[in-house]
Amino acid sequence: MTYTIKTEKNEWEIVCGLEIHCQIISKSKIFSGASTEFGDDANVNVSFIDAGMPGMLPVLNKECVKQAVKTGLGLNAQINKHSVFSRKNYFYPDQPNGYQITQYEYPIVGKGAVKIDLSDGTSKEIGITRIHIEQDAAKSIHDLNPKKSYIDFNRAGVGLMEIVTEPDFRSPEEAGAFLRKLRSIVRYLGTCDGNMDEGSMRCDASISVRLKGEQKMRERAEVKNVNSVKFAMQAIENEAKRQVEIYEQGGTIEQQTRQFDQTTGQTKFLRLKEYADDYRYFPEPDLPPLYLTDEYIENIKKEMVELPDAKKDRFIKDYALTAYDADILTESRQTADFFEQAAKGHDGKKVANWILGDLFANLNANKLTLEQSPITPEMIGELVDLIAKNVISGKIAKDVFVYMWENPKMPSQIVEEKGLKQVTDTGAIEAVIDSVLAQNPDNVAAYKAGKVNLFGFFVGQVMKASKGAANPQMVNEILKKKLG
Amino acid sequence: MTDLIKLTVSEALKGLKSRQFSAVELTKAYIKQMEEGRKYNAYVVETTEQALEQAKLSDEHYTNGTNRALEGIPLGVKDLFCTKGIQTTACSHILDNFVPQYESTVTQNLLNNGSVFLGKLNMDEFAMGSSTETSYYKPAVNPYSKDKLLVPGGSSGGSAAAVCANMCAAATGTDTGGSIRQPASFCGITGIKPTYGRCSRWGIIAYASSLDQAGPMTKDVRDAAIMLKCMAGYDPKDSTSANIEVPDFEKVLGQDIKGLKIGIPKEYRSDGLNKEVASYWDKAAEMFKLRGAEIVEISLPHTKYALPTYYIIAPAETSSNLARYDGIRYGLRINGEKADDLYINTRTKGFGAEVKRRIMIGTYVLSAGYYDAYYIKAQKVRRLIKQDFEKAFEKCDLILTPTSPFSAFEIGDKSMNENPINMYLNDVFTVSVNLAGLPALSLPIGLDSKGLPLGMQLIGRAFDEETIFKAGYALEEDVAFKRK
Repeated sequence: MTYTIKTEKNEWEIVCGLEIHCQIISKSKIFSGASTEFGDDANVNVSFIDAGMPGMLPVLNKECVKQAVKTGLGLNAQINKHSVFSRKNYFYPDQPNGYQITQYEYPIVGKGAVKIDLSDGTSKEIGITRIHIEQDAAKSIHDLNPKKSYIDFNRAGVGLMEIVTEPDFRSPEEAGAFLRKLRSIVRYLGTCDGNMDEGSMRCDASISVRLKGEQKMRERAEVKNVNSVKFAMQAIENEAKRQVEIYEQGGTIEQQTRQFDQTTGQTKFLRLKEYADDYRYFPEPDLPPLYLTDEYIENIKKEMVELPDAKKDRFIKDYALTAYDADILTESRQTADFFEQAAKGHDGKKVANWILGDLFANLNANKLTLEQSPITPEMIGELVDLIAKNVISGKIAKDVFVYMWENPKMPSQIVEEKGLKQVTDTGAIEAVIDSVLAQNPDNVAAYKAGKVNLFGFFVGQVMKASKGAANPQMVNEILKKKLG
Repeated sequence: MTDLIKLTVSEALKGLKSRQFSAVELTKAYIKQMEEGRKYNAYVVETTEQALEQAKLSDEHYTNGTNRALEGIPLGVKDLFCTKGIQTTACSHILDNFVPQYESTVTQNLLNNGSVFLGKLNMDEFAMGSSTETSYYKPAVNPYSKDKLLVPGGSSGGSAAAVCANMCAAATGTDTGGSIRQPASFCGITGIKPTYGRCSRWGIIAYASSLDQAGPMTKDVRDAAIMLKCMAGYDPKDSTSANIEVPDFEKVLGQDIKGLKIGIPKEYRSDGLNKEVASYWDKAAEMFKLRGAEIVEISLPHTKYALPTYYIIAPAETSSNLARYDGIRYGLRINGEKADDLYINTRTKGFGAEVKRRIMIGTYVLSAGYYDAYYIKAQKVRRLIKQDFEKAFEKCDLILTPTSPFSAFEIGDKSMNENPINMYLNDVFTVSVNLAGLPALSLPIGLDSKGLPLGMQLIGRAFDEETIFKAGYALEEDVAFKRK
């Protein structure tokens, strides 16, 4: 789907690339043994290394390396067997050493690609430029005291993966789809929890615009720290519009850093790029270069879980799901696992309908996550089975679902206790039908005189009389016979 | 009993083991000498009470037969080593009142071997200097001073002065460009800079991470062998520490050096070389020859670039290593309006002139536009210097050079203080060794016409300190230098 910004005179195209900082899931920090626990009291998870004490030296956490390699493999990227740590030098109170240990010229992961699916049914490949690993900064707190700032070093030294994309995005939708896909992949892999609102996944967007058909890229603005998918899309849309407006008024864009304002949805000027710091990168002398063997990479490959794309294809093939349903069911590993557990030995398509329909509706209405669901996969599977085996009708099943939600029990047990079992005994149904027909002689006469749309009325009366327990198909058949 | 302080470590160990005197007696003797030697300003912190406590415990160990390798030996510690609970400032104003909550690996190793710490020793600020004149606590004084006060060399000048004046049985030093060997030479003692990676750098305040190495400063070669064995060893907390077993260096002392090939680098033999230094150099070569060693001429063609290379790499690393002294978390803080003012005020007042000079040089050579011309070039030359040594060691087993081009100079010497380049020339024979990461020992060869000691340097292959000790011990026997 081509997205452009149309004005009276021109048609503009967005050119956007993303940089995503993902906090690595690891027990301890990337260069120290301190815990990475989020939400602890301030300054409790701080080692001498994290506090930048004199004489302290970093030691690389192997778990963080493994997580980065996993992520690289998950993004179909080149794993670099040789990578180098560098120091990025700048003064800031939340940067205890006066430098950040990062990777510069030789990152651990090189080029890769991620497929995104768009709402018009098309898909697109987004290029990954690189992933490098580095340490997070501490957190400055400015709002506790009007005159003072505080620093919480708990976050200082937590491992980060910086994932850099090619400038491949041409619309806010593409960027949103990518962020969701990336979040889904890192969550599948267990390498980052992807919680943008908690800051464990943070996004910067480089945005420029150009006239449709133009080949060259124009000056770009970098929008910092956008902390939700929605905000990222908003930031791209509004920043692009802002640039278009300036160009249309005959102005120019200077390379600059901007900040996203959540309240207005607009971007605000922060600083010009030409005043940017000179970070004086140089190889970190405290850490030797990192060498990975083929065997090491192969072993990680063997441990890789099935990723959303592969799972989606398999769901479509094995369970005859639509692409749309498969997409939603595979966005998170928990949902996919829930579905597969529920679908085991049952009709997958119908199971999917129950999960995406009633279950999700109830979870959303009660603001619950899937993990908090009172309904288990086994319950859904059995429910689908009960309908398939004509034990209950689809309509009764809806009621069973409601009982299940309020009082979690296996559906068969509910059917038993509440006496919801469908009546499939021909004799019993015939008896009900006979009594209904006997009570409505006028309508029977009218029907026979040609008012055939009264058929529905008789079905309704029979179902009502049987308290919904009669098998609707059998009711239909017998009624037809009786009414001739 | 006054002679106790004149004993070497090995002699004192014998006396302690045979209970001729107690560790407390030995420590008390040194404490008395420390008081008498205060004019040398060797100690910046005296920890005599703790020392007596430690000595008491050592005596118990002797009683119980649980005495360790350095049980009861009173040592001085260069103020660059972080010592738990004992003020550690690297003789800089910026670390005012800093008391580490951790013990450096090297000093911990010494403590684990039963040694007693008498205090912290004076040094050039952050180990930058060749005279201890950059110390915030005023220079240490060379015990060879007569009418005029002479420098003890630097940066480990306090260590050299203390060992020379028998104010400790031995001391720790660190050597980044010659900081153990040059003061050893100036004060007529022995010192070895081991192979890079032999001693852990953890807990040693960093000057230039890729060059810094700790080593012992002792009364004789045997003591250096004993001390190094106790200080060295693989440390997982230092990623640049070598996972190589530490041999029993003492074992090789007294072994025959017949057939050993001793290289004399022709480039070091310039016309400008001090005549007395040159003649001692010849004398040392002659002594080796008489013992059946073979003298071979070797070439170290890139040696002339060693000083400029050093003065790019070391300041580059320093500019980054010293960024953590920002007044935020520990040490000196001089407040200001904004965070930037706090940095500027603190660092302006906290650092001395030489440290500032090196930070500025380092910042410059790492800056965008200069990085390739300076830092990258220097790294390339460093590799060539290393290759020079590798080639030379194909022809010889050891390299013999003077340690310093001259003997101790006066405190406040005009030419040294007016032109830092003159000061830097102190290290002309020593820096290339650090750039190549090799081990090198300095031992006294005799006195010059001014009655001041001169030292000879023995450079060995990486991790071959044994050959150095073997040859150094033989030379020491032949020289029979009379210690103070």
